[in-house]
Amino acid sequence: MARDTLTGSRIRERRIMGGLKQADLARRAGISASYLNLIEHNRRRIGGKLLLDIAEALDVEPAMLAEGAEATLIAGLREAASDLPQLDVELDRIDEFAGRFPGWAELLAERHKRVMALERTVAALTDRLTHDPHLAARLHDMLTTVTAIRSTASILADSDDIEPEWQARFHRNINEDSARLAETSQELVRYLDAVDDRDAGTDSPQEEVDALLASHRFSFDEIEQGSATPEDLADRIGGELSTVARRLLRAMLEQSAADTAAVPYEAGIAALRSHGPDPFALAPVWGCDPGLAMRRIAVLADPAGLEPVGLAVCDASGTLTYRQPLDSLPLARFGAGCTMLPLYRALSSPMLPITTLVRPTGRIEERFRAYAYASPLGPLSANMPPLLRAQMLIVPAPAASSQDAAVEVGVSCRICPRPGCPGRREPSVLSRGL
Amino acid sequence: MGKRVLLVEDEPNIIEAIRFILNRDGWRVHTHSDGRDAVNVVRQTRPDVLILDVMLPGKSGYDILRELRTEFAEAELPVLMLTARGQMKDRELAERAGASRFMTKPFSNADMLEAVRSLAGA
Repeated sequence: MARDTLTGSRIRERRIMGGLKQADLARRAGISASYLNLIEHNRRRIGGKLLLDIAEALDVEPAMLAEGAEATLIAGLREAASDLPQLDVELDRIDEFAGRFPGWAELLAERHKRVMALERTVAALTDRLTHDPHLAARLHDMLTTVTAIRSTASILADSDDIEPEWQARFHRNINEDSARLAETSQELVRYLDAVDDRDAGTDSPQEEVDALLASHRFSFDEIEQGSATPEDLADRIGGELSTVARRLLRAMLEQSAADTAAVPYEAGIAALRSHGPDPFALAPVWGCDPGLAMRRIAVLADPAGLEPVGLAVCDASGTLTYRQPLDSLPLARFGAGCTMLPLYRALSSPMLPITTLVRPTGRIEERFRAYAYASPLGPLSANMPPLLRAQMLIVPAPAASSQDAAVEVGVSCRICPRPGCPGRREPSVLSRGL
Repeated sequence: MGKRVLLVEDEPNIIEAIRFILNRDGWRVHTHSDGRDAVNVVRQTRPDVLILDVMLPGKSGYDILRELRTEFAEAELPVLMLTARGQMKDRELAERAGASRFMTKPFSNADMLEAVRSLAGA
């Protein structure tokens, strides 16, 4: 969503937060209340001197009203703050902080992400030490050999009256054991050296793939043109990935190739332009199921010149297996997401096309249309319940819908301020902020 | 004749060293290296002290001890457990299985001797 279309919303949020009446702000800025009302509902563009006046009246930086702060950045800051709830962080001014010091805010959010990543590395390494059977076996070998050496050596050192044949025997044992110890230690070093550092990385394979797809903007010309097989492409672009992540990437690309074969690039774009990004309308046009339509819309929206869309796919456990997020509607990076997402509702009503308006919690006037649909994964077998997969396409809703009722959704409970949410799993660490 | 120790351990050079130390101290030392039939060997040997390694081929020392304590009512037999891991949970496992004492590898000969002596005297 173009950011400048929301300047009015931000003015309204700021004004309400400051406890100002519309009339008061209008008077201070030298305009009529009804004109301000139009501005606040994004029906009039605003810029130049008037923006400066209103910013001054609201005591905020003009840039903050014009650009706002990235929702992802805000979410990152909230997450950082939520880790240390004992600190009295000014959560009600988080937007202001991000707006006035975008660089520092970014730094803080990035540092927090890094800390989280390092914590997970530590956990992964601890796991490795505790559960790696090869490592455990080697260490056991070494300790056993050391035990034999220590015991035998101290017999030789402490007793001066050992029979010569025993003495010779113990010397031989020590010699044997020390050779074995040397060999086991070298093996251990080789093993530790050979451990694939990439597999020991901080990201889960899914996160690696998510990051790679994001860097390619979720679209691959080679797949669209059919100029490379998924296998070759996965090898080429996935060189840096861990083995598991590369396998995930390949499966993803294979799916894309199959989708492209069903709905080719040119025809897809033409239909998308004439029907708009509605998967339930496009599925019959394309002659495919709504899930496939969602995936094609997610790829083709950009080349078709539409506003960016988001796509989330989850398995029956609710775990996100694909995430193409929107800036203003971030998806949980790890852990469970917002249970209010229509994505999860789809899981309880398989094969039912679901569509509803959603709005990111705390943001008063942004609306998105969500399309969700769950369908069986793989072939059906007799008397076996199908394994489901749910997909959700998120499309920016027209400004006209900004006042319509919408499901309020967050990123994850901990950093979600929504009061009285029926789906809340754990308390929010936030006071109500912007 | 001295008291009898049964050492159930699968590492030959450790067996040799322990046997030597205990022999010199006046003990008769029997040894066995397989976990699978260790319970039977214990019941036939009827030692005064059992030294039992945890990691044995075929059956773990914990299982052997549990079987002895529960199925064969060997409640009185003093048992010294040897393990290469000194973590809290290993100690707990050993205690729960019914070990009288617990010793981590590598150990000093003096400690081993002291442990066996005190177990036999107890």
